[in-house]
Amino acid sequence: MTTIFGYLRQAGTALRFLLAATLVLGFAYPLAVFGAGQLIAPAQANGSILRDSAGRPAASALIAQASAGDGGAQDPRWFHARPSAVAWDPASSSASNLGPNDAKLLDSVQQGRAAVAAEEHVSMDQVPADAVTASASGLDPDISPAYAKLQVARVAAAQGLDPAAVEELVRGNTRGGVTAFLGQPSVNVTALNLAVADAAAAAQPGRTK
Amino acid sequence: MTFTTLSFLLQAGALLVALAAVHKPLGLYLARVVEGTRAARAERLLYRLTGVDAGTEQTWPVYLRGVLAFSAVSILLVFALQRLQGVIPGTGPLSGVDPWVAMNTAISFVTNTNWQAYAPEATVGIFVQMGLLAVQNFLSAAVGIVVAVALIRGLVRVRTDRLGNFWVDLTRVTYRVLLPLAFVSAVLLVLGGVVQNFWSTDVANQAMGVNQTIPGGPVASQEAIKVLGTNGGGYFNANSAHPFENPNAAVSLFQVFLLLLIPSALPYTFGRLVGDRRQGFTVAAVMGTLWLASTLLTGWAVSSAQGTATAAAGGLGEGFEQRFGPVPAALYAASTTLTSTGAVNAAHDSLPPLAGGMTIINMMLGEVAPGGTGSGLYGLLILSIIAVFIAGLMVGRTPEYLGKKIGPTEMKLAALYILVTPTLVLALAGVTVLLPDAVANAPATGPHQFSEVLYAFTSGANNNGSAFGGITSSGPLLSTLLGLAMLLGRFLPIVLVLALAGSVARQGKIPVSAGTLPTHGPLFGALLLGVTVILTALSYFPALALGPLAEGLIR
Repeated sequence: MTTIFGYLRQAGTALRFLLAATLVLGFAYPLAVFGAGQLIAPAQANGSILRDSAGRPAASALIAQASAGDGGAQDPRWFHARPSAVAWDPASSSASNLGPNDAKLLDSVQQGRAAVAAEEHVSMDQVPADAVTASASGLDPDISPAYAKLQVARVAAAQGLDPAAVEELVRGNTRGGVTAFLGQPSVNVTALNLAVADAAAAAQPGRTK
Repeated sequence: MTFTTLSFLLQAGALLVALAAVHKPLGLYLARVVEGTRAARAERLLYRLTGVDAGTEQTWPVYLRGVLAFSAVSILLVFALQRLQGVIPGTGPLSGVDPWVAMNTAISFVTNTNWQAYAPEATVGIFVQMGLLAVQNFLSAAVGIVVAVALIRGLVRVRTDRLGNFWVDLTRVTYRVLLPLAFVSAVLLVLGGVVQNFWSTDVANQAMGVNQTIPGGPVASQEAIKVLGTNGGGYFNANSAHPFENPNAAVSLFQVFLLLLIPSALPYTFGRLVGDRRQGFTVAAVMGTLWLASTLLTGWAVSSAQGTATAAAGGLGEGFEQRFGPVPAALYAASTTLTSTGAVNAAHDSLPPLAGGMTIINMMLGEVAPGGTGSGLYGLLILSIIAVFIAGLMVGRTPEYLGKKIGPTEMKLAALYILVTPTLVLALAGVTVLLPDAVANAPATGPHQFSEVLYAFTSGANNNGSAFGGITSSGPLLSTLLGLAMLLGRFLPIVLVLALAGSVARQGKIPVSAGTLPTHGPLFGALLLGVTVILTALSYFPALALGPLAEGLIR
C-alpha cells in the first residue's frame, strides 16, 4: 500500500517536473538558440538561401535542385544532381536503403550507368559512382568533380556557352580546402546551375526571363 | 568515392586528442555537480513547485520508483500529445500520429533510443519535435547519468541505504550540464550551417523552372542535444545525412565529437567520486581501446567497398552523401553504434556487408565504448564486476570491487544484467523471422534480410535507435515488438543496477590486502576488455554468422 502511494506521489512530482522541463527545454531553449542564430548567423539559420540575379530566392545552397520529368530523367540543359530516392523533393528525405548485394540496386546501377554514358557520349567505365547511386538524404546538392567534368560539354552546348567558361564555373563551385580533406572534394550543383543561368542570360541579352 | 586512409587516421586521432583534452575538466565538473549540496534559487523554486524534498536522500527502491514513475509519466504524456497533434496549434496540416507509431515513438524517446518508426517530415510538426521529443532527449540522457551516479554512490558509501535524491540529481544534471552544453553546441552548429528557424521558404529557380519549399524548423537546438545526449533521433528522416542537419564534413566531425563527449568524461567523474583516479583511467582506457579498434575495423570494412551493386557502380556511393564520402561515414557509423546514439550520416543498410556487420557488433558489445550517457559507464562497471568475479574464480578468492564484497546477491544481479539484452535481441529477432507477417517488413532477400531484422532488435534492445532503414516498423506487430525491446532493454538493466547499488551501499569497506585484485592498471584493463569481447562473441556469434558474416564472407 505504501508503495502504491509512493508511486502516486512520485507520479505527481514527475508530471510537474515534466511540465516545467517542457517550458524550459522545449520552448525557452530552442527560442534562445533561434534568437542567437538570427543575431549572429541569419543566413545559415534560415537555410542558406541563394538568390538569382534579380534578388529573388531561388534555391538553398544545401538542397539539391533538379528539373526532372515524370520518368526521373533530368533536363539535359543543366548539370544533373545525383539520383534521389525521393525525387529531389525537400518535403521528404531518404536513402534507397538497398543492400550492397541487392538485385534491384544492381539493376538500377547498371541502367543508370548505360543512361549516363549515352547522354554524355562517354564509355561506360568513365561514369563515376556518384552519378549512378542515390545519396543518403535524396537531397544531396553535391556531385563529384569527375561527374561535373563529364557534364561540361553537354551543358555548354545546350546553353550556348564556351566550354572553358563553364569549366571555370565548375571550378568556382568546387569545395576544396579543409572540408574536402575531411570529407571529399565536391561540386555544388545547385549553386553551379544558378551560375550557369546567370552566364547564359549575360551571353544572350535578348533572352529575357 | 575513394577512401582516404590519411584523412581517416588523422580524424580518428584528432577525436582521441580532443576527448583526452576535455574529459578531465568536464568529468571534474560533472563530479562537482552531483556532489554539490547547494541549490540555486531557480532550483529551489523548481523543488517547491514540484513538491520535491531536496534535503532527503532516497533508498534504492525509492530512487528506482522515481526513475520509473518519471519515465512512465513521460511515455504517457508524449503518447497522448502526439495523438492530439491535430488540435494543437502550429502543426500545420499534420493530424494526430497513428497510435502504434505514437506508442513506439513515446517509448523510443523516453528510453534514450530514438528509433524512428515514422518519417518526421510527414508525421510530426514543430510542437511534437520541440516540445515533446527534444525534451525527452535531455531528460532520458540525464536519467542515464543519474543512474550511473547512484551506482557509484553505492560503491563509495558504507553501511547506508541512501543513494541520493533522484529529483535533485535529475535537476542538476539536466540544467547544469546538459542545457549549457547543448546551447553552446547548438549555436556552433548554426554557425556551421544547421537551420534554426520556424518557417519554410518558397524558392523559385526561374531558369530551370523548379519551385521548391525549403523546410525550416528548430533543427540546430534539437541536433545539439540529439548528439550530446546520445539520443540520435533526427529532425528529418535522413537524420545527420540531411544537409540541414549536417551541412559539411567539419560539422560531421564536430557531431561525432559531441556524441562521444559526455560518455568519455564520465569515467573521470567515476575516478573522482571513488577517490582513486586510476580506476577512472582504467575504465577510460578500456573504452578508448575498444573504440579505436572498432573504428579502425569499421573503416577497413567500409574501404573494402564489397558488394555486387557497389562493384557495378564502380565504388561506394549508394547511401553516401557526396560532401562526406566514406571517411566521415565510417567515423560516424562506428561512434554512433559504440555509443547509444544511433544518428547516421550515411544509410547503414547500404554499407558494405562487413561494415554493416561492425555497426551491429558495436551495439552488441553493450554500447560501452564509451556507450550512452551514463548507461555506457554503468554497463562497463557491471562488466568490471563480472571480470573481478572471473579473476576471483581463477585464484579461488572471494571477489571484491572497490572494497565491496561481490557476494551471491551482487553476482546474481550482474549476471542477470548481462543476460537481459542478448535474450531480448535473440528472442525477439527469432520470433520476428518466424512470423511471415513480421519478417515481410524487411524487404531484402537472403542473409541481408536477416541482418535487417537483427539490426532492428539489436538497436532497440540496446537503446541505439539507428536502423538498416529498409525495414518498415510502423505497423502494429513490429512497433509493438520493438517497443518491448526498447522498454525492457532500458528499464530492466536500470532496476538491476540500482538494486546492486543498494546492495553494495549496505556493506562496509574491506581493507585492501595483499590478496586484493587491483582493479586498475593494464592487467585488469586487459581482463575487462577480454570479458567484454568474449561475452559478446559467446552471445551473438551464431546470429552474426547468419546475417552480416554470411553476406560478407561468402560472396
